[in-house]
Amino acid sequence: MAFTHETIERNLGWMIVLTVLTVSIGGLAQIVPLYFQKSTTEPVAGLKPYSALELAGRDIYIREGCNNCHSQMVRPFRAETERYGPYSVAGEFVYDHPFLWGSKRTGPDLNRVGGRYSDDWHRVHLQNPRHVVPESNMPAYPWLAKTPAYAGDIEAKMRALRTLGVPYTDEAIGKAQEELAGRTEEDAVVAYLQNLGVTMKNAR
Amino acid sequence: MSDFTSGFWSLWVIVLTLGGIAFCAWLLLATGRGVPRPADGQGVGTTGHVWDGDLEEYNNPLPKWWSNLFWITIVFSLVYLALYPGLGSLPGVLGWTSTGQYQRERSDAEARLKPLLDRFAPMPIEAIARDPEGRAMGERLFLNNCAQCHGSDAGGSRGFPNLRDGDWLYGGSPDKIVETITGGRLGVMPPLGAVLGEQGSKDVAAFVRSLSGLPHDRLRAQLGKPLFVQNCAACHGADGKGNQAVGAPNLTDGIWLYGSSEAAILEGISKGRNVNVSPGTLAMPSFQDTLGEARIRLVAAYVWGLSNK
Repeated sequence: MAFTHETIERNLGWMIVLTVLTVSIGGLAQIVPLYFQKSTTEPVAGLKPYSALELAGRDIYIREGCNNCHSQMVRPFRAETERYGPYSVAGEFVYDHPFLWGSKRTGPDLNRVGGRYSDDWHRVHLQNPRHVVPESNMPAYPWLAKTPAYAGDIEAKMRALRTLGVPYTDEAIGKAQEELAGRTEEDAVVAYLQNLGVTMKNAR
Repeated sequence: MSDFTSGFWSLWVIVLTLGGIAFCAWLLLATGRGVPRPADGQGVGTTGHVWDGDLEEYNNPLPKWWSNLFWITIVFSLVYLALYPGLGSLPGVLGWTSTGQYQRERSDAEARLKPLLDRFAPMPIEAIARDPEGRAMGERLFLNNCAQCHGSDAGGSRGFPNLRDGDWLYGGSPDKIVETITGGRLGVMPPLGAVLGEQGSKDVAAFVRSLSGLPHDRLRAQLGKPLFVQNCAACHGADGKGNQAVGAPNLTDGIWLYGSSEAAILEGISKGRNVNVSPGTLAMPSFQDTLGEARIRLVAAYVWGLSNK
């Protein structure tokens, strides 16, 4: 018997194999090659892994859901680069696990916020955004300044990231506890924010 | 192109893309073949399958409008892939890139704005401040870049200087304002709590309050004076009038960046200000890369104009 439409319809094995093959073509052509592209897998020149304090801040950023309202992805349009700075490139995010590009901007993009304001500004702003931006609708995060940054699992986190390819040295991991000692969650978040996007700051 | 780690991946994308399109074309041909379009009035044949004893399926040919649309999409995709980058590393006939489009968008805008900005380039800052158009452009830039800290009325707030009161930490000449915006500023007050001790800090705070005639403890102020001369005068001057070369505030003029209460002054003395800021950051950020020289002059003119009507 010839291989016909009926053969496929009446044979579950064929149906499954051919369906999977058909729906995977798009991913095979568009997604798989991204893992073999230098611009998506190699860090941009000068990119450094997050310090222990910045990494702790990043986790607080995730915990508080900052990425629900703030993207970290300046798109290559003039309107965006005029406001935020140079557009984002893939190589900036190779040490981000997971990346926090986001897809919604209730607040401004934060990928180039590093160095844009002073530490003091961030502290006042986190305490209550209305103190510096009267029309802001961002929630206040006053507890960050009162809560010590949790250092219990910082080495484990850094080691986990190292298995994913982030080049943490044993020395950096060894000093992590010391770096977090006596620091608040606010210190950690500010350190993280002030480091965002600085590698490409002057690339425009 | 060199972005792939090996040439294989370019070929991989090309084969899958063209193969997928070819498969669609073949499917369209194959399913259309052998299904005769029934003449008017005649019944349509069935596929020949029978399910559950009596369920059959008509075998209509594909509607012409539908299969023709499909052919159009196939032709479109081939034309698109020839013109634009889509097949692996092939750049496409038009040579289009997203960065190229972005650069064009920027250079178009810069070309449009150039005559506007060029008009102000030879003008002194004072003249720009008197020019209504220059002031309007400066204000717009101020609101977008400076108001987050200094306030939309430039009135400042605790820790962020008021720009309209004629009091300047680093000097209010047009050149100094341009310098401040271009390079940023980091005024560091070192922590003196350990040096002065608790009582010493309170004595110095009392003396500092006495400088601008605020209520203070006379005895403490007397005790604080020598401590001030010894520890603070290097920056703030023996008379407390400050030093604009290092951004040390004048303590006698009744204008306070962090407040005039004893608690605020004590906090400054014992913990310092702008100590251990994040690496690479300033108190007043540099706007050299963000704004560029031409726009910085416009902002400086607006700011200078606020206290020089």
